[in-house]
Amino acid sequence: MSTAMTTGRAPGTRAYLQLGIIWALLLTVPAWLPMLGGYTAIAGRVLVFALAAMSFNMLLGFTGVMSFGHAAYFGLGAYGAGLTLKYVAASTPLAILAGTLLGGIAGTLFGLLLVRRRGVYFAMVTIAFGQVCFYIAYKWDSFTGGYDGLRGFLRAPIDLGFTKIDIAGNETLFYFFVLLVFGLAVGLQALILASPFGRTLLAIRENERRARFLGLPVERHIWLSFSISCFFTALAGTLYALLNNFADPLGLNYVMSGNIVMITVMGGMRTFWGPLVGAVLFVMLQDYVSSMTTNWMFFVGTVFVAVVLFFPRGLMGMLQKRSGA
Amino acid sequence: MLQLVLFNLTNGLIVGAFYVLMALGLSLIINLSNVVNFAHGNFLAIGGYIAYTLTPYLGFWGALLVSPFLTAIFGFAIEKLMIRHVYARNHIYSLLLTFGLGFILQDACRYIWGPSPLPLGIPDVLSLPLTPDLFFVTWYRVFMVVVVVVAVGGLFALLRYTRVGMRIRAGTLDLDTVSALGVNVAALRSYNFAVGSFLAGLAGVLAAGQIGLNPNMGDDLIMPSFIAIIVGGVGSLTGTLLGGLLIGVAAALTTVFYPAGAEAVIYIIMAIVLLVRPRGLLGEEGMLT
Repeated sequence: MSTAMTTGRAPGTRAYLQLGIIWALLLTVPAWLPMLGGYTAIAGRVLVFALAAMSFNMLLGFTGVMSFGHAAYFGLGAYGAGLTLKYVAASTPLAILAGTLLGGIAGTLFGLLLVRRRGVYFAMVTIAFGQVCFYIAYKWDSFTGGYDGLRGFLRAPIDLGFTKIDIAGNETLFYFFVLLVFGLAVGLQALILASPFGRTLLAIRENERRARFLGLPVERHIWLSFSISCFFTALAGTLYALLNNFADPLGLNYVMSGNIVMITVMGGMRTFWGPLVGAVLFVMLQDYVSSMTTNWMFFVGTVFVAVVLFFPRGLMGMLQKRSGA
Repeated sequence: MLQLVLFNLTNGLIVGAFYVLMALGLSLIINLSNVVNFAHGNFLAIGGYIAYTLTPYLGFWGALLVSPFLTAIFGFAIEKLMIRHVYARNHIYSLLLTFGLGFILQDACRYIWGPSPLPLGIPDVLSLPLTPDLFFVTWYRVFMVVVVVVAVGGLFALLRYTRVGMRIRAGTLDLDTVSALGVNVAALRSYNFAVGSFLAGLAGVLAAGQIGLNPNMGDDLIMPSFIAIIVGGVGSLTGTLLGGLLIGVAAALTTVFYPAGAEAVIYIIMAIVLLVRPRGLLGEEGMLT
């Protein structure tokens, strides 16, 4: 799929093989992960970060516009879901819907102020907007829990009328629930990117001036792309809140935005599945770093610098180049 | 009440002066190299810590003079070592690179000078208040403002009257042409980065005298400096100067009437500027893209 996405050729056998392997691995996680010493919740975290980064990559990799403030929409999604569960109703689908709308609409509105800017200035304004959301969550103690984060809510079992799916108590079932949402979301992303609209985004990425000369409404398309990307990122944020039963103000901070960018670049920003690979690497790194008490910043910073200077294409990008695709 | 307003106004001017020093350095680097230096706040901290190490040998005045130059040399080396490799690439790489670099530098400061806050001794004359009525205005505050004014004046003179300065200004407008005219653009960018680091280092020494040193002392300044640049207008150093002072004073005056809104007000100013005048107060139309 990724090959088709970047070059415009029809998906070949390789792409189907890749797709098959990815989904086979994801579907059998509860069977093989414990054997490697992992636990299922960590796979949930991979999926959440992967969804956030793949959503971000619609903007960075497939529209060629960079945001350094996507933590805002991720965090707003998490807070939206958490606040809904805490104050409105113990309904998981409602929480997901509310969080996604909160983050997505905020992104859509901010996007209006952003679209005329390009390059580093676009990124700078997105950072500043991200910090606005961070300060609100941080300062509004009584409502959001301030520095300590939002606690006191639990994801609720899903009631389908005829049966109840206990995603609250059963970790494995919750993993499959996250996987279902992830699958639907990235499937939709693939459809959007393969649509004429998605091809237009590629045209803007490749040559904005030429796209403009062709009569494409470049600003509107970038705005739409930004908005769509924010909705999906917020969706990932709601899953994050459900996963942890907790919403963290640091999830809104620009450090989190940096992490999302890092996941994307580490995996390969010109590939569709790259961010998923990046998320696997990132969660492994996070797990390793959490065992360090001092100098973890030095370690993380060194990884960032090394990836930028020595592996800028990311893992998937390097694999693709090597195979000549 | 008047005293409270005056107190916050002077506070605002001083905070604004710091924003200006930081933002001018950032702005210089953005204009010529298209790199947003996330680690700029860490250069500030390094400037402060170098001064701390030098003070026993050179005294405060000597440290104040030498530390910014050492910070500039450090910045020059970092530019040569890392940052110049990403100029030709997607901007996202320079953001990630300086972001990671900031982490490294912050931990390095913690490792070398320890995690706990350190004081930077200032001469006794400077810690006296100006007059008994205005007890809150110490000579150090006046001194800081004077140093900032001199530094900013020096920077503008450098840009206007020296050959390097003229090349930097020309490069901001059209780097390709400057390169085609035979100017060594790579070296120009290195010098420019060093000048930006110099300003950060100077701000670090001044800040250390006022609030002391800690490894993440630059973190609180970096976001307002971004906003000063956005508000002032891209590509315009005068705009950055104006933007820094504006948000510093606005935040301080908000503190008088509604303390909780002090941080919010600078973001509100930014949103208004983006809505009403997207290119910023003094930004030029063509600089937008």
